[in-house]
Amino acid sequence: MSDQKPVEEMTFEEAMRELEQVVGQLERGDVPLEQSIKLYERGAALKKRCEDRLKAAEEKVEAITADADGTATGTRPAAGL
Amino acid sequence: MDLFEDDAPGPGGNAHEFTVSELSGAVKKTIESEFGHVRVRAEVGRVSRPRSGHLYFDLKDDRSVLAAVSWKGQVARMQVQPEEGMEVIATGRMTTFPGQSKYQLIVDNVEPAGAGALMALLEKRKAMLQAEGLFAAERKKPLPYLPRVIGVVTSPSGAVIRDILHRLRDRFPVHVLIWPVAVQGQACAAEVARAIEGFNRLAPGGAVPRPDLLIVARGGGSIEDLWGFNEEVVARAAAASRIPLISAVGHETDTTLIDFVSDRRAPTPTAAAELAVPVRSELMAWAADMQARLIRAQGQAIMLRRQRLADLSRALPRPERLTEGARQRLDTWADRLPNALRRGVSARRVALSEAGGSLKPGVLRSRIAQDRQRVTGWADRLPTALERGVVRRRETLGLWAGRLEAQPAMMRRGLDRQRQDLDRLAARFADVARRGIETRRDRLAALDRLRATLGYEATLERGYAVVRDGEGRVMTRRAQAEGAESLAIQFADGVLTTGAGAAAANPGTQAPAPAEPKTAKPKTPKSKEARKDTPPEQGSLF
Repeated sequence: MSDQKPVEEMTFEEAMRELEQVVGQLERGDVPLEQSIKLYERGAALKKRCEDRLKAAEEKVEAITADADGTATGTRPAAGL
Repeated sequence: MDLFEDDAPGPGGNAHEFTVSELSGAVKKTIESEFGHVRVRAEVGRVSRPRSGHLYFDLKDDRSVLAAVSWKGQVARMQVQPEEGMEVIATGRMTTFPGQSKYQLIVDNVEPAGAGALMALLEKRKAMLQAEGLFAAERKKPLPYLPRVIGVVTSPSGAVIRDILHRLRDRFPVHVLIWPVAVQGQACAAEVARAIEGFNRLAPGGAVPRPDLLIVARGGGSIEDLWGFNEEVVARAAAASRIPLISAVGHETDTTLIDFVSDRRAPTPTAAAELAVPVRSELMAWAADMQARLIRAQGQAIMLRRQRLADLSRALPRPERLTEGARQRLDTWADRLPNALRRGVSARRVALSEAGGSLKPGVLRSRIAQDRQRVTGWADRLPTALERGVVRRRETLGLWAGRLEAQPAMMRRGLDRQRQDLDRLAARFADVARRGIETRRDRLAALDRLRATLGYEATLERGYAVVRDGEGRVMTRRAQAEGAESLAIQFADGVLTTGAGAAAANPGTQAPAPAEPKTAKPKTPKSKEARKDTPPEQGSLF
């Protein structure tokens, strides 16, 4: 448990996978109480991480503007889509 | 006159005389009017693309070659570019190039001669890229589960981008970057390839966010419409993309070259959006479910433990009960302690006073006086006892000394006796030894005398002689003596050697020289016989 990646550095998918693991472990009920409390806290943090990521999702559509070499120089709002 | 002259038959007849340019112009006019719009079925020969952007190529069949050219603007409009070996129908107009006396076809458009030709070309490219391993399954990158930014390479107008955005919006709103490209026509392939490369060139964290996922999309169309996505440059750009790439070109039944190199192929643009993102509402529900399960599991764990704790607590006796007995014992002993202590002290006090009562200085002093008296008594007796002991020991010593003095005389007497015995034995021994020697000497002399009388040397004194040959063998026959080289004759007083060995042997026997003449005689064979036959006579001669 000591080599755990900090929750803030996890991708959504990593957080998701670990959350499922944590829940599964707790549900099996074979974890000592002390550890189960730690697991619960970690699970809550993972869940928050996932939820934040889901809530933060918002649509933004832009079109690339490129120069003559085909290098993207910037974006402009894509209208009418 | 002019008319006459004109009509007059000359060396050139009355035919019109053209300048080169006039004739070339006339030919050009004729050809362009006659072949203003033609379709030519041909195989494309050598193709050259100078920097100018024009396209020069040959159209040929098994016997003839036709030069063809497409100007830059025409090339840009072509959906299919002529490639060497391609079977095509070229549409255009014939013209001439008077500067080089050439005629050529200005090609507006090139169509593959039937779909089969295009498919054949596509198969050729597929085989080549496959041989390079660009289609290998291990090259395919996994798509990110939840991309933050999606780059879409497609036309900014049209149904395709709308479909994609619509489906993304439904499932999971994300940041979409559209790289606008032509999705058909000559520019298509190059623009699509540049867009893919351009997205890959974006640095993470730059002004324009780098996408986590690319979608290259186009709606359905004819094989010619989709042809740009069959171009090698597009396929190579897609294969080289480090950003995972979904291809969604045409309808489900259309397969283009990019589909083989992309990491995932979506049958439609909408399907590409579904592959790109999960459904947010489902994930929200999942997260809620996870939380519920988390709380329930933990609650359950605590409840179970609380229950267990309660069970165990009930089984646990009250602490007072555990200590009751001990407390009572403590009280009892605590009560008895002061009394016991007091009794113990008084008992010891009694014992002390008893012991102390008999302990008086007078008693001690009288005991010391008694002891001193005993010591003095013993001290008085000590010197006399010592003297008596010495006297007694001295007497014993004298007794033993007396007995010791008598001893040497007895020993001397024994010694004398034994010495006399020894002398006697020594005398007898000398006698016996002397007598033994004399007896033996007498017997020896007698035996020697006997030996002398019995041995042959005695007979030599009586005139006999012994004859030997050179090797010392005794000669007993005349025949033997005759055969011998030398003879040694032994007389009573020495040996005479005759014959070959005589000179050497005789000097040792010089002593009896005067007897030589006599001894020569018996040396003859006769004397030998005589010796045998008449020993008495010889004896008498001597």
